[in-house]
Amino acid sequence: MPELSYIVAAVVVIAMMVYVLSAGADFGGGIWRLFATGPRAQLQRDRLNAAIAPIWEANHVWLILVVVLLFSCFPRAFSAIMTALHIPLAAMLVGIVMRGSAFAFESYPAGATRLQKRSGRVFAVSSAITPFLLGISAGAVASGQITINAATGIVQTNFISEWLAPFPFAIGAFLLALCAFLSAIYMTVEVRNEPELADDFRRRGLWAAVAVGVFALVSLLLAKNGAPFIYHGLARGGFAIFFQIITGLSAIIAIGALIKRRYRLARFAALAQVGLIILGWALAQFPYLVYPDLTIQNAAADPVVLKPILIALAIGSLLLLPAFYYLYRVFKAGKTLSPEPLEATVSDDK
Amino acid sequence: MDDLLAARSQMAMSLAFHIIFAAVGVAMPLLMIMAEGMYIRTKKIVYRELAYRWSKGTAIIFAVGAVSGTVLSFELGLLWPTFMEHAGPLVGMPFSLEGFAFFLEAIFLGLYLYGWDKLPQKIHWLCGLMVMISGTMSGIFVVCANAWMNAPVGFDFIDGQFTNIRPWEAMFNPRWFTMTMHMTIAAYQSVAFAVAGVHAWMLLRDRNNPFHRAAIGIALVVALATSIAQPIMGDFLAKNTAANQPLKLAAMEGQFETEHRAPLRIGGMPNVDEERTNYAIEIPAALSFLAYGDFNAEVQGLKDFPRDEWPPVPIVHIAFQIMVACGFWMLGVAALGAILAWRARAVPQQRWYLWLLVVSGPLGFLAIEAGWTVTEVGRQPWVIYGFMRTADAVTPMPGLIVPFTVFSLLYFVLSVIVIYLLRRHVFQSPTTQQIHFYQAEDAGNPEKLNEESKDA
Repeated sequence: MPELSYIVAAVVVIAMMVYVLSAGADFGGGIWRLFATGPRAQLQRDRLNAAIAPIWEANHVWLILVVVLLFSCFPRAFSAIMTALHIPLAAMLVGIVMRGSAFAFESYPAGATRLQKRSGRVFAVSSAITPFLLGISAGAVASGQITINAATGIVQTNFISEWLAPFPFAIGAFLLALCAFLSAIYMTVEVRNEPELADDFRRRGLWAAVAVGVFALVSLLLAKNGAPFIYHGLARGGFAIFFQIITGLSAIIAIGALIKRRYRLARFAALAQVGLIILGWALAQFPYLVYPDLTIQNAAADPVVLKPILIALAIGSLLLLPAFYYLYRVFKAGKTLSPEPLEATVSDDK
Repeated sequence: MDDLLAARSQMAMSLAFHIIFAAVGVAMPLLMIMAEGMYIRTKKIVYRELAYRWSKGTAIIFAVGAVSGTVLSFELGLLWPTFMEHAGPLVGMPFSLEGFAFFLEAIFLGLYLYGWDKLPQKIHWLCGLMVMISGTMSGIFVVCANAWMNAPVGFDFIDGQFTNIRPWEAMFNPRWFTMTMHMTIAAYQSVAFAVAGVHAWMLLRDRNNPFHRAAIGIALVVALATSIAQPIMGDFLAKNTAANQPLKLAAMEGQFETEHRAPLRIGGMPNVDEERTNYAIEIPAALSFLAYGDFNAEVQGLKDFPRDEWPPVPIVHIAFQIMVACGFWMLGVAALGAILAWRARAVPQQRWYLWLLVVSGPLGFLAIEAGWTVTEVGRQPWVIYGFMRTADAVTPMPGLIVPFTVFSLLYFVLSVIVIYLLRRHVFQSPTTQQIHFYQAEDAGNPEKLNEESKDA
């Protein structure tokens, strides 16, 4: 029953997509903390923190879900990736630990102002490093450099050359730009009641859009040699071209809406654009998990393993999705981070 | 340091660090909703203030716990890729469920921490309850996976391959129930004692502060319940160990000979070369009774097993002694507190007893670390008990001392900062006057109260 492994693979792609769209923007928020400038620099920092604080831990769990699904359902691929990419992934973990801890220290300083300031800086820097390293790792997986010794079944690696190459680094920069792009656009909606601040984030969103474009182009050019399979996958057949056009259209709408200050439309288009980029990558790589030796089918665990996990995923989603909906409704939907009229802040305690 | 030792050290260090933060993340929500529930019932502001202040400390610890847990989920693959390649499908079910439990925990914690003035009180309380339930479930699922490493079932082992996998059988392996319950109780017990210790220490400095008294009251209730439950659960666990991992039990007890009427050894130093345990107080036939419910039962000794399958006996035995000693000490302290509270009809106030609580504060965490050492070191030299040796599971990656050093330093710095911040938070506890003032105001908005307390 090969279909089951494809369904799990689809869930992995969706989880990665949601991770980039949600947690990616949290990283982006940290990046903009680095570039908080101008007369409203402190205000930018405050609003960024307030936007991230209630949701980042929940958003972060999508990454854990990806890891867990990989090792339960595609153990050979997991083992190969974790062995070959030990160095960038371990470095990414250091970034994840520093980002999360520093953010908590900054949020609950108990009056330790120097520690709070330093934590803020660590948070900002590690927010930039982490997605860069994640992008490098993803680029390395896509590059086709991680191969399996057919006789022993063990991954062939020198632990360095697979990721220390132009293409993975371009993907790292590309992911970084995407995170910054998402965050800036989300922020324009969150501070829409403060037009000057919204304009700050609008400008940042436009710069990030330029960076996204540049790194997308660089990645594509480097892919020709650095990840030939992906390169051909992106151009393979009419469907792929159609897909590129939709992605490009979303990007144009996002930028156009940003210029016109139609922030909600911009957010919608940016979500579509970034989601489609991840999906496009997944489709270009299909049916490989780790090109050229591990396909979705040959790396998958037995169907008797996949089936109950899929059932658990389905039941779990029934609990998870309403909970997520509630979280976002309480902290995000229709709310702005800007001070509201007094009536709105009175708690309905009685 | 060779790479295997570095990998083992990194894994041990990561787990030793994470287990404390995870226990706090599991147990603090119970204390918080107890306090908040008391506020809803009695309208005494001190309880809401308590829940609110606890939630700030918990937020710091939960964040560090979440990221250090992420590290572990990657380290399974980064350090032990061969283990995960084979075991992944077998432990996948509990880990997948853990993923969902952790999701819910993070979502409802966000709602709880940032929803004080956004959610109706009772909904807020329910979010706290959800954090507690999902946190506890998440811990249970993870320990299920660990129990499988100790009692691997749910597969056929053919030509060195794990085939014909039965995920549910693997998850509900013979050790899952006793191990998960023991760990869950331990989490609540250790945190209750730590909280009681901290607030006792503060109460010694500020004798009439109702804030700290209320805190000790809540903590002692949990401490008493768990201290009674834990030895009972521990007995089930020991019998379960005897049935499934007799070699581990022999190492725990320093039992070298196979014998009927085996004695229970208290203390003592196993000497592996002489194959005997010296200096122990021996209670005749007690081990036979505790392990099998029969004074004449035969207990298998270490000598019954090949020497190269022995775990490091002295470490396992001593860690076990430490854990049991902590457990009985905590039972005594909790029982004493119950008697004092019963006689005074109030939270115990005696100086000597408060000092006793302060001294006992870290013992729960010490017991967790010791107990975890027993089960993990006691499993060696196997990573999958009886099927795969730890040495065969390690990554081929060279220079593992580097990540071990980096993560050790990182975690050390984090520990220092967390302790420093928690200390500051504790010292900013409200004074008696502030509590009376809040009660009079009864503004019912802790965010606001907090600003006021800063001004005061």
